[in-house]
Amino acid sequence: MLKVDHLRVGALSPVSFALASGQCLAVTGASGSGKTRLLRALADLDPAEGTVMLEGAERGEMTGPEWRRLVRYVSAEPGWWAPTPRPHFPPDIEAVTPIVEALGLSRETLDRPVAELSTGERSRLGLIRAICGKPKVLLIDEPLAGLDREAVARVEALIGAELDLGRIVVLVSHQATALLRRARAELHIEAGTFRLTQLARPPASPQISWSENGTGLAGRGPR
Amino acid sequence: MSAQPIGILELAIAALLLLLNAALSIAFNLGLEKKLAIAAVRMLAQLALAGLVLSFVLRQSSIPLTILVVLVMGAVAAYELMSRPAHRPEGWWAVGLGGGTLLLIGLLATLFTVGGIIRPAPWYDARYLLPILGMELGNVLTAMSLTFDALTTAAFRERRSIEARLAEGGTRFEALESVLTDALRSGTMPILNTMAVAGVVSLPGMMTGQILAGADPLQAAKYQMLILLVLAGASTLGVLAAGLGGVLLMTDPRHRLRLDRLVGSEGR
Repeated sequence: MLKVDHLRVGALSPVSFALASGQCLAVTGASGSGKTRLLRALADLDPAEGTVMLEGAERGEMTGPEWRRLVRYVSAEPGWWAPTPRPHFPPDIEAVTPIVEALGLSRETLDRPVAELSTGERSRLGLIRAICGKPKVLLIDEPLAGLDREAVARVEALIGAELDLGRIVVLVSHQATALLRRARAELHIEAGTFRLTQLARPPASPQISWSENGTGLAGRGPR
Repeated sequence: MSAQPIGILELAIAALLLLLNAALSIAFNLGLEKKLAIAAVRMLAQLALAGLVLSFVLRQSSIPLTILVVLVMGAVAAYELMSRPAHRPEGWWAVGLGGGTLLLIGLLATLFTVGGIIRPAPWYDARYLLPILGMELGNVLTAMSLTFDALTTAAFRERRSIEARLAEGGTRFEALESVLTDALRSGTMPILNTMAVAGVVSLPGMMTGQILAGADPLQAAKYQMLILLVLAGASTLGVLAAGLGGVLLMTDPRHRLRLDRLVGSEGR
């Protein structure tokens, strides 16, 4: 379970929520409202006050790199330090290739210069890189921008499969239609404050809990 | 034997070539004449002052006065160190840290050279101490500011790939490895070049000076070797300090990239 308690992101009001294994939270809001900053703060890439716990362990108990291997931020425009994508993936490429092909990319994509790839190709490869690290939590920033309808369906299916595996997903997207249906809650940022809404869900499923004062607990039954 | 004395007349003749350039610049509207004039006048004033101060200090041979000159040289070098790079750390503590490191390395190298190797009597003889300290400070200053500038400029340029490495669980030194390697190379380049061409393409200034002053060229060469060896050691020490210190400054103990700690830059 990912438990966020009074996390202060920049000048935004503190935010609290909890997500159980296999749950998805959709973060919405206008450009510049702080969606990316929230994801970066959750991954501990930017300093932020407040408590963030994963499976009972406070992130201060582990080093920054240890935390970020478990709580993986996936940027909308992932960075590359080698000229081609392949060196960014684990050497066991046999495990990677099926995922690459499942996203509608050819395996040759891995050896083309990063600079020649389209935005959509780069963002899909960035998502695969994150998934290869097998994190507990995926913080995915705009995974569908610049993708055609077929690619959107493929990426949504891949993220859905990660949820089925029990990963927690926090998703920023303007267009995640099928994924939004899987999301149990929506966190909307407006005028510097967070508003958490439960979304329609199967009646007996556990819901994401939250409260303004941070006393909420995840996993209780429907209200 | 000593060098031919030089007076005002000789200096005026030396300036003729520069005046010719200024005339050309005015004739073709190149706009160089003002910069050339200011730089030349400034250089004359600085060197005249340095000559006066040095001849006074050398005559006095007093320890407190020598220490005072050392401190002034160190303060000016520290100020230059912090005013050159495009991205600077915020606050006086960082200026003090950078300038202090520069002064420490310069002083250690100078004391090592003068007190440990040349051993004049008395060992604190300002005639040896001050010129050698000046060379050490100048070279370490260049090495440190080149390193720091290359490091911070590359960190801003490569911010995305550095953060990608951090996001996948890399440590700050893993994430900044290639940027740091490049910066260390930039910083050591001047002293490597100097050593590579010494005596072949250019005769280093100190050796030229000693030969003009009538010293035996072989003796002058040995002095130059000694100085270059210590300069190379001190410069590299400065490069390492600026590189490693720069990495620690741009990151925090949670291994985050903290370019917000630098000012005079694009910001976040």
